[in-house]
Amino acid sequence: MKKRLFGSLLSIAMVCNGCASLEKSRISRLEVIQNRGELICGVSGKIPGFSFLKSDGTYEGLDIDICKAMAAAFLGDPNKVQYRPLTAPERFTALKTGEIDLLSRNTTFNLSRDSIGGNGVSFAPVVFHDGQGLMVKKKSRITKIEQLSNKNICVGSGTTTEQNLNDAFQEKSLNYKPIKYQDLNQVVAGYLQGRCKAMTSDRSQLAAARSGFPQPEEHLILSNVLSKEPLAPASIGGDQKLSDAMRWVVFALFNAEELGISKTNIDVIIKEAKTNTNLMSLRRFLGIDGDLGNKLGLENDFVVKIIKSTGNYGEIYDRHLGPQSNVSIPRGLNQSYLKGGLLISPPMK
Amino acid sequence: MRNHNNFIKQLIIGIIVIFILSILINNLTVNLIRTDMGLSFKWLLQPSGFAVSESTVPFKPSDSYAWALFNGWLNSLKVIVCGLAIATLLGIIAGTSRFNSNLLVRFIARTYVALVRQIPLLIQLLFWYFVAFLSLSENPLKIINGILEISNQGVYLFGLNLSLEFSALLLGLSVFTGASISEVVRGGLNSVPKGQWEAFRSIGLSEGDGMRKIVLPQALPAILPGLTSQYLNLAKNSTLAIAIGYSDIYAISDTTITQTGRAIEGFIILLISFIIVNLIITNSMELITSFLVKDTGK
Repeated sequence: MKKRLFGSLLSIAMVCNGCASLEKSRISRLEVIQNRGELICGVSGKIPGFSFLKSDGTYEGLDIDICKAMAAAFLGDPNKVQYRPLTAPERFTALKTGEIDLLSRNTTFNLSRDSIGGNGVSFAPVVFHDGQGLMVKKKSRITKIEQLSNKNICVGSGTTTEQNLNDAFQEKSLNYKPIKYQDLNQVVAGYLQGRCKAMTSDRSQLAAARSGFPQPEEHLILSNVLSKEPLAPASIGGDQKLSDAMRWVVFALFNAEELGISKTNIDVIIKEAKTNTNLMSLRRFLGIDGDLGNKLGLENDFVVKIIKSTGNYGEIYDRHLGPQSNVSIPRGLNQSYLKGGLLISPPMK
Repeated sequence: MRNHNNFIKQLIIGIIVIFILSILINNLTVNLIRTDMGLSFKWLLQPSGFAVSESTVPFKPSDSYAWALFNGWLNSLKVIVCGLAIATLLGIIAGTSRFNSNLLVRFIARTYVALVRQIPLLIQLLFWYFVAFLSLSENPLKIINGILEISNQGVYLFGLNLSLEFSALLLGLSVFTGASISEVVRGGLNSVPKGQWEAFRSIGLSEGDGMRKIVLPQALPAILPGLTSQYLNLAKNSTLAIAIGYSDIYAISDTTITQTGRAIEGFIILLISFIIVNLIITNSMELITSFLVKDTGK
């Protein structure tokens, strides 16, 4: 008995010495990625339109394209990405322990997560402005949050969703009964099977889930928006080189849309910029002049590589969430500032 | 001399164990400081800000995380204790049925064990919850009027309103563990010499009386240790509650950990609460064993 105890303690000790060697080194995670030649991206894998595992084993969605844009910028190849599907409670631990390089998993940007006293991660710019909503069956005739008083509500645990739901109901002094499941698929099953009168999640996820229902038109997303949910990619805190690179990759996607540079016309625009030396800012953006890319620790033409692989932000959005896609969500706040939305890139110079 | 040697051996082992433990703890602390995640339990007293669907003691969102976790622990305890009782009953019935003279009874008992033991518990729980219970209609199915009524909103039993999640978890855990317990019981009964069966039959006792008064008491010393480990399994398996939305200690720490970002502290609390439950089970089983085995005169 004692021998066995000793043996097991010794093996635990050996395993943990392994973790100790994972020291917080001074070299940036960006260089680690570049030396490895592969980007490890934490995703959800279960949300149509954002990150979804297709039947052929590949992932697709807006969150996935953000990973591809990062890989194109860091490594020159959008396909050098290893995707790690993570549940909501796992994601920050995976980031902190270095299991993944960056998180592109519809994660809400808020103070507690950003600060050193909280989760201590570093957020890139918001890639999707979302808000939490409630979905009900049309035949229940519920149209307002007040009608959900004392009713069961299906909610995913381990997310901000739970807290927002509570805040919204407490504010109106309404009682409710949360039925908590661990992931969205179970929330959907519980709701469809009639365990709850309503289900709650980010409105984009509600729309995505509804697209897979047998009769999508029989479900209503209430007009009440319970919270702001700005979703942003994240990396480990305290690594300026990586977080700067991530930030400007996202801004490059926005900026390209502002300038009308797309996957289809990029070759024409490069040709034009190369011949016309007066197009100063365009030449800098595309890496023909100046050293914007090098300043970030990337190739000078990183923007070209991004646009050639994923297109600009508008193209990514249309591909996964546009009117022609399976999960159609109006662009709303996620429009460029030029068209009345919230997306804007600071000057790239 | 022997004693002396033994003492030195134990001292050396003790020192080595303490040494390894201190390396581990040091390792943890150093790494936590390095990743800015120093241990702290102050957050336990902050208001939790979430509601729970089921509470054994009164709970509202403005209560502390500590109170929420305690509530979850009580919820776990509730399902474990009820599960132990039902699983034991099921196990004894199924186990003794394997020795029944009736062929049909033997066949049913064997099929139950074979079927239940071959399907993973998680899948069984999801089946009970999503397929069996949730596909019921909203109008209560009155099985025994006024005593047992089931709908997809909950179960009404002897004046008690049980939530659907609790009922599905309890049923799943009991059925699953009951099958394992029945094998333990069968093994124990097999250890009783065949002569004992012949003896009680020859003095004219019925099968039931013979089983209760003659065979089972003699099988107990062989059954009890196996039973303890099945009980511990049931307690540990109760954490699968999270898959079907029951607010057990694990489900509540899951929410707590995401809201506070305190994964390590959360898991330490989780570990300790399970050690407490399992120590209670192990110790009470030891007590029962010493009591029962003495009683049979062995």
